[in-house]
Amino acid sequence: MAQAAAVAKPPAPPAPPGRRRRGSSTPRRLPYLLIAPAALLMLGFIAYPVLSVFYYSLQHYNPTKPWRDGFAGFDNFVRAFTDDPLFWDTLLFSAKWVFVEVGLQLFFGLALALIVNQTFVGRAIGRALVFSPWAVSGVLTSVIWVLLYNSQTGITRYLADLGIGSYGTSWLSDTATVFPAAIVADLWRGVPFFAILILADLQSVSKDLYEAAEVDGAGRVRQFLHITLPHLKDAIVLSTLLRMVWEFNNVDLLYTLTGGGPAGETTTLPLYVATTSVDAHDFGYASALTTVAFVILLFCSVLYLRLSKFGRDTTK
Amino acid sequence: MITTDKAETAAVTLPAPRTSPEAHEPRRPRKRRAWDEVPRWQIYLPLGIYLLFTLIPFYWILLFALRPAGSTSLVPWPMTFEHFEMVWTERSFGAYFQNSVLVGIATLVMTTVIALAGGYALARFDFKVKQAFMLALLCSQFVPGALLLVPLFEIFGNLQLINSLGSVIIAETVFQLPLSMILISNFIKNVPVSLEEAAWVDGCSRFRAFCAVVLPLLRPGLIAVGSFAFVHSWNHFLFALMFLNNPELQTIPVGLNTLMSADSVDLGALAAGGIIAAVPVVIVFAFIQKWLITGFSAGAVKG
Repeated sequence: MAQAAAVAKPPAPPAPPGRRRRGSSTPRRLPYLLIAPAALLMLGFIAYPVLSVFYYSLQHYNPTKPWRDGFAGFDNFVRAFTDDPLFWDTLLFSAKWVFVEVGLQLFFGLALALIVNQTFVGRAIGRALVFSPWAVSGVLTSVIWVLLYNSQTGITRYLADLGIGSYGTSWLSDTATVFPAAIVADLWRGVPFFAILILADLQSVSKDLYEAAEVDGAGRVRQFLHITLPHLKDAIVLSTLLRMVWEFNNVDLLYTLTGGGPAGETTTLPLYVATTSVDAHDFGYASALTTVAFVILLFCSVLYLRLSKFGRDTTK
Repeated sequence: MITTDKAETAAVTLPAPRTSPEAHEPRRPRKRRAWDEVPRWQIYLPLGIYLLFTLIPFYWILLFALRPAGSTSLVPWPMTFEHFEMVWTERSFGAYFQNSVLVGIATLVMTTVIALAGGYALARFDFKVKQAFMLALLCSQFVPGALLLVPLFEIFGNLQLINSLGSVIIAETVFQLPLSMILISNFIKNVPVSLEEAAWVDGCSRFRAFCAVVLPLLRPGLIAVGSFAFVHSWNHFLFALMFLNNPELQTIPVGLNTLMSADSVDLGALAAGGIIAAVPVVIVFAFIQKWLITGFSAGAVKG
């Protein structure tokens, strides 16, 4: 932790390495040079945009109504919280979307990882097939499920033959079915993500532990609860957290699959922000909504990290 | 890190078995070994059901892409490639494909090189702003690109990069960087410093030692990170949609969206376009799969 010294850490044995380092840059400057490209890019294209969002959230800023532009104080926020039912609807839908989607992904992902972690005939091909939707994009997922949900030629037509659903409307244009339909489509792509990460972590569980537990008479359930699960905890926490943020921000799939419809039924907050800024050009108000989304994301992440005590042993 | 981890797992798990002997002791020991004696049907049944869920959608899109327009047959026979030809030329997926490849490769190279430099600094040095920089990396994971479209649009406007693939490449790289850098710095931490030191003693410069000693050991990690960056930018839709108005510059996902939002959707063309979009990703995926698991288990998930 001797940060002030700004000395290269690896050459801890004091004398020799210091002399051996060559090259144009002195070691004192080297780490800064190395992170400079990343730092500059992130300052310019993440930090600055974030700050400008904060700035615009306090402004009236709408290129189609320039005469109103100017300092707005908290007008935009007041409007969101008191005068815009759509804001609350989209916020509520975002919460519902994230919890249902991530919860199901984690459950099925964990189950799937445990299954393909067993030794059985055809495991390699089984893994490859099961994981394959992982790399499929949000837009392509939409394409596939649009074909499946099509009321004339989709698989739902054959389900209707069996008495499940009706022939008339696509599941995506019926307010009663659009939510589960979108959830299933996104599950198809999202489960492999969890399965891959959890499977990767399962590889590092020592088999000795299971053997020891076996000798002590612990059954499979006990072994899972007391060996596997504690081992997986950090991986599960981290991937769940990342996934929640990604699902919150998941614009590609919903934008192309449902377009936020029918009747705004599947509009998440980020989707609402996108339409407010892109279609209505109300940049000031969109920035205020974005700020709210940032605060929510920040709050959830901090809370989650605290609750799960993640990072406890990363300090070494 | 690894050692503390194991010690801790052991600490958590050991007390548990000790309480159990009174409950059901001598019955099972040694008769079955839990990790390889799960009844077969408990593996194949759920796996089979899940495979149906995974594969039917793939089959469905293949079916639409390969059977003639208007056919309702459930097997793609007689097979036709008319949809592919149509999409590739008339709907300019050939051009989109080129653009997507360009964006994907440029993003891959930029992300990997920049993340490698930064990751090395984070893994091997202590410097003043390190903690702050780490925190910035972690926090920027939670900043959604989708919510920054407007300010990004302005910035790229000022840089004259709207309607240039450059804007998309920069945006994709920037949002790939934080995670890539964290991953790579973890991979580098796993390479013992002593290996590098040995090279220094032999008279190598830091850079040469890095190239000769560290880089080869990072291969699985770099493949995982690089393919992640490629697949991500290949799949990503929003930046290209926003920053590229010129139809000739569009990428594949935007082309798909255009097909999908047409008034009367040509399902055959849509399916063929979807398969064109999937091919490179499937190839990359098949190629890297074994590296992916190694790459991630080599410390990806652990801080």
